[in-house]
Amino acid sequence: MHGTRILDEADRLMTVCNSCRYCEGLCAVFPAMEMRRAFSDGDLNYLANLCHSCGACYVDCQFSPPHEFNVNVPQTLAVARAESYAAYAWPQALSGAFARNGLVVSIIAALSMAAFILGFAALNDHSVLFGVHTGPGAFYKLMPHNAMAALFSGAFLYAILALVMSVRGFWRDIGTPIGGRADGGSVLQAIRDAGELRYLHGGGVGCYNEDDKPTDRRKLYHHLTFYGFLLCFAATSVATLYHYLIGREAPYPWWDLPVVLGTIGGIGLIIGPVGLCAAKMRRDPALLDENRYGMDIGFIAMLFLTGLTGMTLLVLRETAAMGPLLALHLGAVFALFITMPYGKFVHGIYRFAALVRYAQERRTAA
Amino acid sequence: MGSKYDVLVIGGGNAALCAAISARRGGASVLVLEGAPKFYRGGNTRHTRNMRCAHDAATEILTGPYTEEEFWEDLLRVTGGQTDEVLARHMIRESKDILNWIVEQGVRWQPSLGGTLSLGRTNSFFLGGGRAMLNALYLTAERLGIDVEYDAEVTDLVIEDGMFLAARLKRPINGETEIRATSLVAAAGGFEANIEWLKQYWGEAADNFLIRGTPHNRGSILKMLLDKGVQEVGDPTQCHAVAIDARAPKFDGGIITRHDSVVFGIVVNKHSQRFYDEGEDIWPKRYAIWGRLVAAQPDQIAYIVFDSTVVTSFMPTLFPPVAGQTIAELADKLELDPAALEKTVTEFNAAVRPGTFDHTILDDCRTEGITPSKTHWARRIETPPYLAYPVRPGITFTYLGTRVNKEARMVMADGKPSANMFAAGEIMAGNVLGKGYAAGMGMTIGSVFGRIAGQEAAKHARN
Repeated sequence: MHGTRILDEADRLMTVCNSCRYCEGLCAVFPAMEMRRAFSDGDLNYLANLCHSCGACYVDCQFSPPHEFNVNVPQTLAVARAESYAAYAWPQALSGAFARNGLVVSIIAALSMAAFILGFAALNDHSVLFGVHTGPGAFYKLMPHNAMAALFSGAFLYAILALVMSVRGFWRDIGTPIGGRADGGSVLQAIRDAGELRYLHGGGVGCYNEDDKPTDRRKLYHHLTFYGFLLCFAATSVATLYHYLIGREAPYPWWDLPVVLGTIGGIGLIIGPVGLCAAKMRRDPALLDENRYGMDIGFIAMLFLTGLTGMTLLVLRETAAMGPLLALHLGAVFALFITMPYGKFVHGIYRFAALVRYAQERRTAA
Repeated sequence: MGSKYDVLVIGGGNAALCAAISARRGGASVLVLEGAPKFYRGGNTRHTRNMRCAHDAATEILTGPYTEEEFWEDLLRVTGGQTDEVLARHMIRESKDILNWIVEQGVRWQPSLGGTLSLGRTNSFFLGGGRAMLNALYLTAERLGIDVEYDAEVTDLVIEDGMFLAARLKRPINGETEIRATSLVAAAGGFEANIEWLKQYWGEAADNFLIRGTPHNRGSILKMLLDKGVQEVGDPTQCHAVAIDARAPKFDGGIITRHDSVVFGIVVNKHSQRFYDEGEDIWPKRYAIWGRLVAAQPDQIAYIVFDSTVVTSFMPTLFPPVAGQTIAELADKLELDPAALEKTVTEFNAAVRPGTFDHTILDDCRTEGITPSKTHWARRIETPPYLAYPVRPGITFTYLGTRVNKEARMVMADGKPSANMFAAGEIMAGNVLGKGYAAGMGMTIGSVFGRIAGQEAAKHARN
């Protein structure tokens, strides 16, 4: 017996799958399963986070519903995965944020944007808030750079701390030897696997969506979102270096590196989330953990808002709309940062840890 | 739907789809009638995993050459010579090309990986298993414009002088209808799910059989064809039967109810008596004989008894073994006579001679002085907990079928080939497999004769 009903069900399914093994060529979950004959909570959480929910094993399984064995691995592991996020959340007191995640994230986003707007309005003169500011340092007329840096680095560092603590707990549960370290080769392998979404390919033909015809649609939108996010992050990092190392102040001209990175990334963060959201809406409900819709959509929406407000700010930064738009963008980014450890963002972190573990297991077995 | 097709394919498994696709590629309009609902489409193909094809060199997925001659010798060995040599050799030759042709139809192979299967040289494995293979064929069929109807119950075939004219069909919604076609391909499987029919040959014992595949393989098309003058082939009592877990569902338990632990222990019947040499031969041959052996035991039940030292030597099982700290306790739980089981185990243990255990070869661990002897892999059962799996005959498929020639054309009772009726797959497997089985041959028969039947049916229709 396991800690939760869904882990009991995951255990039942892994027992069925382990006596069949037809799916062993489809992704990493099944070979990882085959290395075990019994499954601890940690094993099941590991397998759940190794699953990319491509749906191939559901479409290919002779025992999927309506068969009486009722084998639905993608859906069961999706629920187990979502429950694992709360189980490993740090501090545990905040794990409840996963239960009504969509609501929590939207409230925090709304409050955060409102706080920036109100803060800008309270601290600045009307003429400054709705003024036209151009040239280096234009943004800092509304909010001093040091205040901005302090606030965001504080939020960011907290998010990093909470994520590190969470994933530590997860790693401790899934690793053998318990709490063992990851080696460099396995980390590199996991970076490759995560970077190309190797296991979202349904065994080579693509992901199963609304029917039994596979496509690479989800992979494409996920790539746009993920690399869009990374490019935006890189843009911010370059801008920070510009500011502190060579004293160049934002906003930068359109051809400058932070803007180029941010623009490409921003486009990815607009198209990617819209595509992911549309794909989710059309996906066969049998594959989905519909109770977690709020969490999924909440996170997708936060990324979309970040991209959208950033791009709008870029386009309108030399108009009177710059002040309010900056407040909205900063609000979105701030909310994204502080909700990161308590929302769908963590799926990437746990999945990566699971991929490292899998790469290690493969190396040990080889 | 058009009122008349060039080719009508009855059935929805591997053979049917290969026939439909090759007929369509041959320029024919094609309708596939699958009797099962969409989820259960494909009959036994849903549960298969690999296909045995001859090949002259190692490939990306196969570890070495498997020549036509070697395939033929394997077939000869498992059938004990009960095979049509002309058809069999033709099939083996064609199987070489099927390995690539099937990939062109969208089916994907995977490298042979784990498990206890030692088939990496002779057999190619479907990526994702048999249902994945079927899904690929159906997608290709759809793309080519082949019509498919599910839940299509064929109630009658109109056949005159060995010539197919039409099929009568009962649709769940629109009721009775008649479909005419220039050629017919029958690829509707065997009759293993038809317990009443099985009883004609097996008597009441058939009530205790478990059917590994879908409940839709009732042999109704086979029966119609035989009743309307198609020549019969094969022994009706021959079937592919393995020992599967007695706790499995009556139908469609598929692959996961099988046990490959026989060589690691002993097998007793309900009187706690051993009845066959558990160490006779290595996988996969040993696998396919135990269904018939158990079917011959009282109440068609047997128990694989082993001890805790070997539990990780075979594939994990769906149902956990029954366990007891003593042989008597185990017997109690199995509802066997404790004294009788203790006696059997004690006598077996006493007969075990020392040897070097190696389950990958016919090793020298054997018994002396008991009947039946265990000729290999005999080791004492002495480390508790003692464990057992109850097993029953699990019927995979039947061999009674329609006679065909090299063109997959049905042969009529008078020996004349039918003008326009072809058969492929399990419904004609008995031409090649008189008895016995070697892994992956069902798929070979299905794909090879399916493709031939489709080509010939299209050729006939387009003439």
